[in-house]
Order: sequence, then C-alpha cells, then structure tokens
Amino acid sequence: MNDMTPTREQREAALEGMGCKRKRVEDIRFTQGKGQYVDDLKLPGMVFGDFVRSSHAHAKITKIDASEALKLPGVIAVLTAEDLKGVNLAWMPTLAGDVQMVLADGKVLYQNQEVAFVVAENRYIADDAIQLVEVEYEELPVLTDPFKSMDPDAPVLRPDLDGKTEGAHGPRKHHNHIFTWEVGDREETDKAFEEADVTIKELISYHRTHPSPLETCQCVASMDKIKGELTVWGTFQAPHVIRTVASLLSTIPEQKIHVIAPDIGGGFGNKVGAYPGYICAIVASIVTGVPVKWVEDRMENLSTTSFARDYHMTAEIAAKNDGTVTGLKVHVLADHGGFDACADPSKWPAGFFNIVTGSYDFPAAHLEVDGVYTNKAPGGVAYRCSFRVTEAAYCIERAMDILAQKLDMDPADLRMKNFVKSEQFPYHSALGWEYDSGDYHTAMRKAMDTIGYRELRAEQKAKQEAFKRGETREIMGIGVSFFTEIVGAGPSKNCDILGVAMFDSAEIRVHPTGSVISRMGTKSQGQGHETTWAQIIATEIGIPAADIMVEEGNTDTAPYGLGTYGSRSTPVAGAAIALASRKIRNKAQMIAAHMLEVSEYDLEWDVDGFQVKGNPQARKSMKEIAWAAYHAPPPGMEPGLEAVSYYDPPNMTYPFGAYLCVMDIDVDTGVAKTRRFYALDDCGTRINPMIIEGQVHGGLTEAFAIAMGQEIRYDEMGNVLGASFMDFFLPTAVETPHWETDFTVTPSPHHPIGAKGVGESPNVGGVPAFSNAVNDAFKFLGSTHIQMPHDAWRIWQAAKDLGAHG
Amino acid sequence: MICDSKTDAIRARQSAVRVDLRAVCASSLECAPHPSAPFVNVNCPAVLRLDTTLPAEGEPLSWFGTLGIRSFCGRQREEKDVIPGAFTYHRPSSVAEAVAILVSHGDEARPLSGGHSLIPMMKLRMAAPEHLVDLGGIADLKGITDDGSTITIRAMTTQHELIASDLLAQKLPIIRETALLIADPQIRYVGTLGGNVANGDPGNDMPALMQCLDAAYVLTGPDGERDVPARDFYEAAYFTALAPEEILTAVKIPVPPAGHGYAYEKLKRKVGDYATAAAAVVLTLDGGTVTFCSIALTNVSDTPLYAKEAGEILTGSTLDTATVARAVAAAEAITEPASDGRGPAEYRTKMAGVMLQKALSRAATRAAS
Repeated sequence: MNDMTPTREQREAALEGMGCKRKRVEDIRFTQGKGQYVDDLKLPGMVFGDFVRSSHAHAKITKIDASEALKLPGVIAVLTAEDLKGVNLAWMPTLAGDVQMVLADGKVLYQNQEVAFVVAENRYIADDAIQLVEVEYEELPVLTDPFKSMDPDAPVLRPDLDGKTEGAHGPRKHHNHIFTWEVGDREETDKAFEEADVTIKELISYHRTHPSPLETCQCVASMDKIKGELTVWGTFQAPHVIRTVASLLSTIPEQKIHVIAPDIGGGFGNKVGAYPGYICAIVASIVTGVPVKWVEDRMENLSTTSFARDYHMTAEIAAKNDGTVTGLKVHVLADHGGFDACADPSKWPAGFFNIVTGSYDFPAAHLEVDGVYTNKAPGGVAYRCSFRVTEAAYCIERAMDILAQKLDMDPADLRMKNFVKSEQFPYHSALGWEYDSGDYHTAMRKAMDTIGYRELRAEQKAKQEAFKRGETREIMGIGVSFFTEIVGAGPSKNCDILGVAMFDSAEIRVHPTGSVISRMGTKSQGQGHETTWAQIIATEIGIPAADIMVEEGNTDTAPYGLGTYGSRSTPVAGAAIALASRKIRNKAQMIAAHMLEVSEYDLEWDVDGFQVKGNPQARKSMKEIAWAAYHAPPPGMEPGLEAVSYYDPPNMTYPFGAYLCVMDIDVDTGVAKTRRFYALDDCGTRINPMIIEGQVHGGLTEAFAIAMGQEIRYDEMGNVLGASFMDFFLPTAVETPHWETDFTVTPSPHHPIGAKGVGESPNVGGVPAFSNAVNDAFKFLGSTHIQMPHDAWRIWQAAKDLGAHG
Repeated sequence: MICDSKTDAIRARQSAVRVDLRAVCASSLECAPHPSAPFVNVNCPAVLRLDTTLPAEGEPLSWFGTLGIRSFCGRQREEKDVIPGAFTYHRPSSVAEAVAILVSHGDEARPLSGGHSLIPMMKLRMAAPEHLVDLGGIADLKGITDDGSTITIRAMTTQHELIASDLLAQKLPIIRETALLIADPQIRYVGTLGGNVANGDPGNDMPALMQCLDAAYVLTGPDGERDVPARDFYEAAYFTALAPEEILTAVKIPVPPAGHGYAYEKLKRKVGDYATAAAAVVLTLDGGTVTFCSIALTNVSDTPLYAKEAGEILTGSTLDTATVARAVAAAEAITEPASDGRGPAEYRTKMAGVMLQKALSRAATRAAS
C-alpha cells in the first residue's frame, strides 16, 4: 500500500452512500428551469383539449348544443357523454369501487364538473369555443352539508345507484350513503366507558382542503393508428397502474400502451387518481389520430381534481382519574362528494384511519366510518399523508389534549403516561395494526428538554395572568403533538389497488465499466429519488452514487411498481433496491472469489469490494469485478451483473415524532405568530439527512397552511369558494415559520435497511401541533375545542365568543 | 328553471366591465411588438394565471377587490378561463396619440399600464377589449417633480420607483411605507401609481392614501386636462370619474408640513394579498395637541373611504383614549365591507378600527410635537 491508496474512510466518503448529505442531482435541471414537464412536450400536429364545465352544483342537463362552437375555424371536435358512450367510456371506475362520470351524463353533481370536451388547434381557439357551447340546466336541490346527506328527504344525488343496497364495501343504508366501515370491539369499548372515571366527547372536524401541487394535472395522449399503439405522457404518481387501467378501459393491449411520467412538479396525492381529462384526451386522440394535450388550470385543479380530508370525527376517550386511558370510540362522517373517488387501497374505504389509537396504549377501541355523497367535487386523496392517517392523527392528538384539560393534567405528561412502551413492540393495537418499532418516551423527553417545555409553561402562566390584569392583549399557546404514522403500503395480504398487490420493484444493471443504470416502479414528484436511490445502491454494492443513474416513470423500461404516495417509496421500493443490490453483491462475491482464487466464504465485504479475510491487501473492487463479469466470468456462470427485485413488505412501517409549537396570538386581530416550531422525527435509518430535512420543512409548511387557513369551502348553493391562490392559502417564505428539526433513530426491524419513510410525517404531526397551540392558548378562557382552519378571523371570532374583547 | 348559457353570462359581464374599466394597468405583456410595427394583432400568451369569479348580476363589480365569489343569477359561479380573446395592440408614443386611439375606438379600447388588473381580467374574459392601448411607450408619463408646495407624480411611475425616490422619502414618506406593502417586489417593478389609482379597485392601497393626502388626479382627454380630487374620484367599485376617452396622466399631492406624523397600517393574510383592512393617517401635533389629522381606509367598502369625521374628532385632542375610541367608532361606522375569505363584514369593520388605532399611535410617535 502506498500513500496514494485511499483510506477506508476516504473510500466510504467517495461512495456518497446512505447517511451522506448528498446534494440532489435532479436539482441541477430543476433550479435552472430545465426540467421536462408534460406541458413542455410539443409534438407535431398536436391539438388541445379543454372542458366546458358546470356552473351548477346539482342540475339536470336538458340540452348541450355545440353547433356554434363547431363552426369556429380551428375547432376539431366537441365530445359529450353521448360520444363517450360509443366507446363505453362515459363513466369510469374509481379506485374506491364506485363509478364516476367522465363527462356529465344527464346531470351534474358538483360545480365545475366536466360537461363537454372541446378539441381545437390551439388553446386560444379551444377557449373561444368553450364560450360557444350552449348548455341548458334544470336546477335540482343542492346538498352540501354531509350531516344532512342521510336525512330522509335529502335529494337523491345518484339515481344511477337507485335500488342498490349493496355497495363496494357492504350494505348502503340510505340513497346518499356509500359505506359503513367498522373496526374494533364495540362491546369491550362500551364496557371501558361504563367503568371509566372520566370521559370526554368532542366533534373534531378536519376541513376540506386540497394538495395543490404547483404543476396542475395534465397529459398528452398520442394514438398511432398504424401501429395501434397509444402513448400517454402525464402527471402520474403511479404510471404503471395508469397503464393497466388504460388498457382495461380502452381494451388496447397493455404492451401497446406506453405511459410516461416525465418530471412532475409536485403531487401530494393529487396525481394518484385518473381524471376525466386523461380519458378525454385519450379518446380525442383515438378519434382524431393526432396528439391531444390537456392541461388543467389552477381553478380547475383546486375545484375538481381531488380534494383532501373533509372528515367529521366524533371522538370519545374513557380514562381513569390518574390519566390512564382505557377506551377510545370514534365515529367519522366522511364527505366524499358526488362520487367516491377516494384514493385508498381497494379494501380500505377509510384508508388506514384505524391508526387512530395513535401512540397510546388503548386496551379497547371502536371505530365506525360512514361515507356519504354530497354535491361537492370527488376525491379524498392522501394529501401528503398515508391514507387518512393525518385525519386520524389530528383526531387523537386533539382528543388527548381535551382529555388533559378535563383531567387538569399537562398534555405532554398525559401523553407520556399513555405511550406504548418501547418494550411493548411489536405492539398490537386495539384496532388491528402491528406497530413495528418505537421509542416514544425518549423522543418526547428529548423534544421537551430541547425546547425548554417546563419554562415555556411557566412563561405561559405568567402571560395569562398579565392578560387577565389587562396588561397585554397577547396570549400564548404551546401545541404538543406526538404522532405515529403508518406507511409503506403495503403487504399483499391487505393492500391492493384494483386487484394489483401493492409491492414495488427495482432493476439494477452494472455496466462493464462499473457504472450503473437502475430503474424503479416508483415515481418521484420532487422527493429526490434520483439522489437517494443511488445512495442505497452505493452503500450496498460499493459503487459511487455519482456513477449510478436512476430512472423512473417510463412503463416501457421501468419494472412494474405501484408508484409514489403514502410515504411508500422508501419502505417498499427502498427495500426492493436493497435486495436487488444484495443479489448483485452475492454474484460479485462469487466472481471475486474466482478472481482471487479463494473460496467465496473466505471473502468479506469492505466498503467497495471484497477482500480475503485476514489479508485485506488481497481484494477486488466492484469496478474490477464488474469488468470481470462481462470479460471473464467464472466457468459455468452467466455473464453480466444485474438483478431485479419485487418486494412485498411483511408489514407497514411506523415512523413517529414529537412536535412542539409555541404560538403568540393577538386577540384583537386574531393574528397568530408561530414563535418556535420544533420537529423531532424518527423515520428509522436515515438515507440522506439533508433530503429528510427538506421533506420535513415542506411538510411542515403544508401543515402550517392547512391548520392556519388553507380550505376549500362551499356555500349552501354548492358554489366552491376560494378556488384560487388569492384565497386558497399557500404561504410564502414570509409567512412560513422557522423550523427547528431534530431526530432519533429507531430502525424498522423488518425492513432490509431499517428505513421507515418520512415525507408525510411532518404533515401528519404538524397539523395537530398548530391546532393544539391555538386551542392551548384559549384554554384558560374556558375553551375546549376550536375548529380548524385557524385563520385570523376565526381566531378573532373565537376570542370574541369567549369574551376576550371585553 | 332554465339558466342562461355560459356565453350569455360572459357577454353580459363583458359589457358591464366595458363601462367602468378605464383601468390603466401595467404590462407584463410578453407580446410587446416590434418597434416598427406599432399596430399588430396578437394573442396574448398566458402569463398570469390569476383566477377569479363573476360578479352578481346587478351587484357592483367589486369582485376584483375582494376576489371572493359573487353570485350570478341568484347563484354564484366560478369562471375558469385563463386565456384571453384576440385583441389589437397599440403602443402610442404620446398622450395625444393615446387619447386619439381611445376616441376613435370608444368602448372597445382600454389603456394598459402595469397590467396587474386588466391582464388577469382579460384572461378571465371578464374584460375583452378589442384594442389595447399600451401607455408604456410614452416618455411623458414618467417622473416625479416638486414645485415646493406640490409634488407631481406622473402616472406610469412604478411602485418600485416610488420606493426608490429620495424626494418622496424625505417629503412624503408615507408613500414609500404604503408602496412597500403592495404585493411583492416583482409586481412593484411593473405596477404603476396611475394604474393603481385609476382602475377603481377598492382593494388597491394607493387610492385611500391619495384621499388621505388630498391628492388630485390629472385626467387628460380630447378637450385637454382637468383635475379631479381623489376624494371625489371614486363612485363605486371600478366606477370612477374617468371618462372613456380620458387617461389619468398624473397625481398631484400637496406637500404636508415638515414634522408631520404618518402611518399606513395594513392587515393582510399573506404577501400579495389585498388588505383585510388598512388605514392611512397623516397628522400634525403642537405641544401634544393634534392640529391636523387626515384619515382614509382601504378595502372596507366598494370605494376607498376618506374618514372625514374621524379626523375632525381627533383634531384638537391629545389623542386621549376616549377621543381615539370615538374617532375609531366614527371610522368603523362608514365602512361597508364585503364578507369574503378575509373574514365576515363585522370582522373587517373591526379590523379597520384596529388598523386606525395602530396607525394613529405610530403616526403620533413620528410627529414632531
């Protein structure tokens, strides 16, 4: 060995593997405006489609007259439901087992519903033509309040379901009822409540909001009539599933459909489902034989493609006087809008809401969810959360605070008392999950110590006294949130989408020169897969991340996978990547043994190659082994060095975290200022700490937006309010609080690299932290629960109702 | 009931907008023509994607100020267009030339200044001028001058130029304070004072400030110039004293006395938002007693509000708690805000009062006594 030989540490650093704060390689193009998004695609002869939309929330359509529009030069076609019936596509199946109109078939169920699809030579003409399509509506009574959906005299929203007493998830008990989903032991839970010292009950609503990625939903469909092949470029979080669905719906064989998801400008659940725009663009291309582009505008995106939440949760907790919880009862009224287009694994009509026992050891629990129809847009997607987990976390974290208030206990102490203990893992929850690992007490203690929790409580008390004496108009709230996420959908035993098990995949090919191309079934929308996937491979097979190219999104080249949402990429595809890498390393070991003329059992792995045990000078680097794999493989061994892995996870992963928010509120304006926000995340093994930090910042910013004002509101006429960025609260850097991030590491015992996923934790844990801070501030004035969103006027209203304005 | 087709709705809206939209907006037009072709037909590219909704039939066109949802034919409706219709683009080099184009096209023509109101309205097809008269090529419409007692700001002076002006910083610092609260730097580089005050949007910040400062607007038409006080200019949302063939060419502001106190207090939900409520205050003190006090309010009615009575109540007082409370009550009494995403009317009225209180207290600390 001479002085030029790199040390072990230097070789390790050169890999930029797991644990390295590697800069995001994709940002080279994103920060220079050189990303290639769907709308950047321009094909020869391409035409444009755009929708005529309903101005009414509930109406019969008595006439659609496109004759004037068709006279406009440059207008190619105007599609209506009647045209789509010819190809059996006027309706499409939803992920939730319902059906949904592609174009209004005789009636409309929500404002801005797609009524007709205009195809024209360019966007300007398409928009001109929209003005010329005459639609006659006959208004019907509008239903926007989910609490009135199952009134006996509620208007019938879905005549197509007339007489159907059985839905996709069991019996329907009313014409606007979709499903009842029941989990847990009702009897045992009732018993816990009968024997309880203390109980609380509160209606906790999580308002309707929207994922609002900066890039809206869009696609280009191109049908090659000669080859009979369809290519669709689109904003797809799950391109492979989209291809399967497109094949099933269109009857074009799957191998003749090419679905390509290029760079995507944010998804947050908005780009999981299939929307009428995709179907219409595909049909229009089949009809016209030329490529058709459809690009949604901001208002269309906010008002039609996939809302999130709209869960009205009645939570009850039974407890002993010392604060020990003994039972949890939750009933949810779930507003699904006009169609049940919820994006959950097929067997889970309320997603994984049964994680609602949270981080606490409830001996008994019972959950019942009723889904109902209203005259609102369909959706119910997992907006930066695993399926309905953010609703569940909000529900239990608010309820625990309310219980603490009733017991006159500190909310952090109450949590500490009831946490699942580290020795209880794997922990079986009363509602059916097996938590893989956790150390909640350590995380909570670290959070409290770091932020100076006891001192903050003392300061709050002093401020409350000063407020009562009239010395200040400012009050202070401390929001405590301790969440347990459930991500990594999921094991085939309980997770599928339209029958396709929710595995994921990786394919890794080492080239003769020791560089790598790797492809996965996932699809980054900004998460940084091109960076982190390469880091996993780098550590596993000892090839520098810089020499590894990651590709996703093209169904022709990538292995089949279920896509990226619900923080499933690292738990599922991340495992597939590690396992495919290990297959390569195993073969490499055999090649190295041949090269070094020793038994493979005499070799040990060392950073970036194999060395002979006890004789580290005798070693072969992966680069040398890669060359040998193509040049001189051992006799009888197939040449080449590549592997594929499809990973069916044995369990979900359960990331957790402790979030604390300190807020100052001016009661006279209702303006709330976040003084400090501390977020401790435990996502198991950390692949790229910088990307984790970025994910946490982004998720917290969305949580802040949701808790403090981001809302899709409807008036009683079914008009969608605030569906523009003027009113829909998207905070800028100016409004966004400063984030303090921290971590503990409790690896997942069943994941090959122990990673759990993190992208959605900050949204799941952040919303209750903000809301609890607002609620905590008003507690001393006698308030129990103030509904979200906490924008200035609502906080002012709460202060006024509590008599704080004198 | 059979409701109107979308087309009819749009047409009705367009004709309504035509009457009042004499807006001078500003020009983020990417389609600026070649200098040798001052008269070209263009389709404006989709630059901005601002969304809004149609106003109620018969209701004042206050939609752009509040950007809430307004009802149409007894119901509210969303409008989804983001692409304007075709129009002819003019770029005159003198005010006289611009006025001549307005005269020859009447209602079909609109002056264009910074474009931050007009262009989004065109994209929403709520305004559909067939002729767009870009004032950006008129050198005469730029600049700030001081004749000792009056400062004149030409209409195409941008918000950024107002912020950067040493003259204003010294003599009218409230203009800088207010301009810094308008939108964000990118918009302030393009948005102009003339456009801000001329289009009659009650959400704009400069109109109330101009009323507070007792400014006058210079309106130039085929018959020459006339001055209209800012306090008389606004009739309703988007309805102003500006005639269809006139252009607002300058704003004249009497210089307040040295040592005056001032403050512009604006409550908004986020950067770029219009005010939930805002208050402009200019006052002078003599030995702790108010010798002069002018107050105006932003976005709490369909026009800016000059709060005359509130100012009078405070004049002669020492800004004692009781008198301030009376003035605040007087100011709140003249508000008539819309209920929208910023909050219900009651809240916005109260916020006008809170902003006024804050502005008074800050102005008093700044005034030489």
